Amino acid sequence: MEEAAPKPKRAVSSLCCLCNNRKAALKRPKTLQQICRECFYEVFEEEIHQVIVKNQLFRPGERIAVGASGGKDSTVLAYVLSELNQRHNYGLDLFLLSVDEGITGYRDDSLETVKRNEIQYGLPLQIVSYKDLYGWTMDEIVKMIGLKNNCTFCGVFRRQALDRGAALLKVDKLATGHNADDMAETVLLNILRGDIARLSRCTAIITGEDGPIPRCKPFKYTYEKEIVMYAYFKKLDYFSTECIYSPNAYRGFAREFIKDLERIRPRAILDIIKSGEDFRISTSTKMPEQGTCERCGYISSQKWCKACVLLEGLNRGLPKLGIGRSRGLDSEGKRETIGSNNVHTRSIESKQCGSLDF
Amino acid sequence: MACNSSACQSNCYRNQHDEHTIEQDSPPSSRPDTPAAMEARRVITKDDNSNTNLCFKCKSKERMSTSGVGDDGRFCSDCFRSNLFAKFRQAVTSNAMISPSDKVLVAFSGGPCSRVALQFVHEMQVKAHNNFEASRDRSLQVFGVGVAYINETAACSIPSDEIDKTVQTIQSVVSSLCQPRKNLHIVQIESVYSSNLNDGREKLKKLLDAVNDVTGKEDLISYLRMLSLQKIAAENGYNRLLVGTCTSRIACHVISSTVKGQGYSLPGDVQYIDARWEVPVVLPLLDCLAQELNMLCCVDGLKTVELTKKSSSGINDLVSSFVALLQVENPSRESTIVRTAGKLTPFNFSRIPDLNESNNVPLATKRRQQRNNFKHVNSLSSESFCAVCNGPLNTSDVLTRHAGSSILGACCSSCQFQILPKDSSSQELFLSLLPPSMVARATHGSLGNSNSLRKKIQEFLLSDDEAES
Repeated sequence: MEEAAPKPKRAVSSLCCLCNNRKAALKRPKTLQQICRECFYEVFEEEIHQVIVKNQLFRPGERIAVGASGGKDSTVLAYVLSELNQRHNYGLDLFLLSVDEGITGYRDDSLETVKRNEIQYGLPLQIVSYKDLYGWTMDEIVKMIGLKNNCTFCGVFRRQALDRGAALLKVDKLATGHNADDMAETVLLNILRGDIARLSRCTAIITGEDGPIPRCKPFKYTYEKEIVMYAYFKKLDYFSTECIYSPNAYRGFAREFIKDLERIRPRAILDIIKSGEDFRISTSTKMPEQGTCERCGYISSQKWCKACVLLEGLNRGLPKLGIGRSRGLDSEGKRETIGSNNVHTRSIESKQCGSLDF
Repeated sequence: MACNSSACQSNCYRNQHDEHTIEQDSPPSSRPDTPAAMEARRVITKDDNSNTNLCFKCKSKERMSTSGVGDDGRFCSDCFRSNLFAKFRQAVTSNAMISPSDKVLVAFSGGPCSRVALQFVHEMQVKAHNNFEASRDRSLQVFGVGVAYINETAACSIPSDEIDKTVQTIQSVVSSLCQPRKNLHIVQIESVYSSNLNDGREKLKKLLDAVNDVTGKEDLISYLRMLSLQKIAAENGYNRLLVGTCTSRIACHVISSTVKGQGYSLPGDVQYIDARWEVPVVLPLLDCLAQELNMLCCVDGLKTVELTKKSSSGINDLVSSFVALLQVENPSRESTIVRTAGKLTPFNFSRIPDLNESNNVPLATKRRQQRNNFKHVNSLSSESFCAVCNGPLNTSDVLTRHAGSSILGACCSSCQFQILPKDSSSQELFLSLLPPSMVARATHGSLGNSNSLRKKIQEFLLSDDEAES
């Protein structure tokens, strides 16, 4: 019914359709209801609370790291989680965890944002840097391999860096800022690629439960537009520049398609996620057996973990080593095949690495 | 191949290198620039060229002049045709779509896909007919073929001259096909209601007016079209309904179903056989791209006609243009999408029912089925279906549904959103406007639902009484 909803002119004097009390200030992207700011905050936070409760994302007393890039998703996540933690007595110890890839002009600035957030929200911050972990910054890597495939390095390294940072903080879980738009995009991309195994698990709200540190996505059903709106109205301090090594990463076919869909029918994003959850996929697809990397001890299905293979290539001056084989650790399936797709000027996927909203 | 001239300024490293070695080997006078060497080279390149113009398969005829899609450009027109027909025949035989005793109704819209489907079925029938004539005792049966066209004037406004032209073309196409004769059924879409067309037209108009969503209306019309086809098939004794759905159409369907939240029921729509209907539906062109079928129509001069389609602001059109864009970027994208959906676990109805029991099925087919490891499920499918779209219902969805409201309980969440009215009073009106076959599905469905659900939770129920819940 909401399709191409004919909302002629913004009725300035209309009241919020939730509280019927205050003046409507915005049209909610998810439902197109005209509501006031206060009600928006409430439904936004309450929905996330319900997702957390229904899916039992957290247990009382757990230590939770919020993957914080300084971008909008992770900033709003950190803010909302600390609010909800107090309001509903989750009993969580929250931390901020950032990865410093060493990208001058991008990450150094966004890290400043995260450092301000540390003070604003009173959450302890841990930064792990590629330089410390691997001996290479992204700047140095790009200088060596060029702009092609650099997202592969960044993606593989980040995944491990997050786990290592989480281990340093001794947290039980890592919460990431993936939103509903990201989820819908991943579902579509896995269909377009024919990746049935990843299609079956890409909609899971908690992943990596067999790994060292499980990850969860409290924003699984939260629209990107609402996150932006929330950050805007709450005047949250976030950093909105794109990665300098992957500019226009947002302009993927799939992303544009989802934006077009949302315009016609806002519910489509949730429907794609629902389809992804409902797909009948026999669970017989075998998962690679999990072992540990002989070199660094990180989980790996191969002798060496992907990061060590890439690192070996870098250190031996053979940066192509390990690129092109995309079977590996990543259980989300989104970041791994980046390298090969990055070659096209306009690929089907977006947000190849963009910000740090893993 | 770059240049031979030593004055070349571009980076033809290989040529420079070649020349260099030749220079070393031979005196300058016999450099490859001599007329003889030039001639030899020219012959080679000429030969190369003529090779590339020959068909990739038979290597004797010229390739098709049209710039082909994917592999097609490399075939001559004969090999291209036989390649397409082979895909069709493979789908028909390996899924036992048509057996000699069958009567097949071909759904023909006038478009290229169904035109090719009709042509291929016709060719198959002619071959079977020839065998019949040739056999001494005339024991070989020939399957029967009929053609159906659904006139949708009542559902969407179409100019009368256009519809007249379409009907004429369809009649001329069907009558131009040689023996055996094919019956042509041209039926109004409002016939889903009853034989009284005026009454039906009124009801249909009201029904469609009750749907506000553009996409919902489009989808409802396509469901009604299927019902009309089923009705024709059932009333005229056909036992197969053959549709020309091709890879490209299915690829769009996969994406749009995903977008509409119909992920659960999707696997039922992407298999070669869809036997959830009274008359099983078969899709023998599932492996053919729309571009290929278009090209065959061009090459063979098959007459097609299509109504001018108004572009809509709905989801279906958006998805089509998205898939078309992806197909341009990667010519195998549509096939990949269809293959992904093909890997989803199919439902029980994705095969011809009681294949093994019936004696009419040729032994060869049975053997093939066994070889292909077709799972034979004896039990009837416990699936219950959406009253509107006939998609299988997800049990977890059914559980959360209000059992009280008859129509709501019998519809999938996608149809509830995009087709059903929101408030309960208009819902009742809507229910009264639905064609009888959908209403039957609704009442049967909701009963079947609660029974099968009850069976599932039987051991946890303390009393047999329904009333207290």
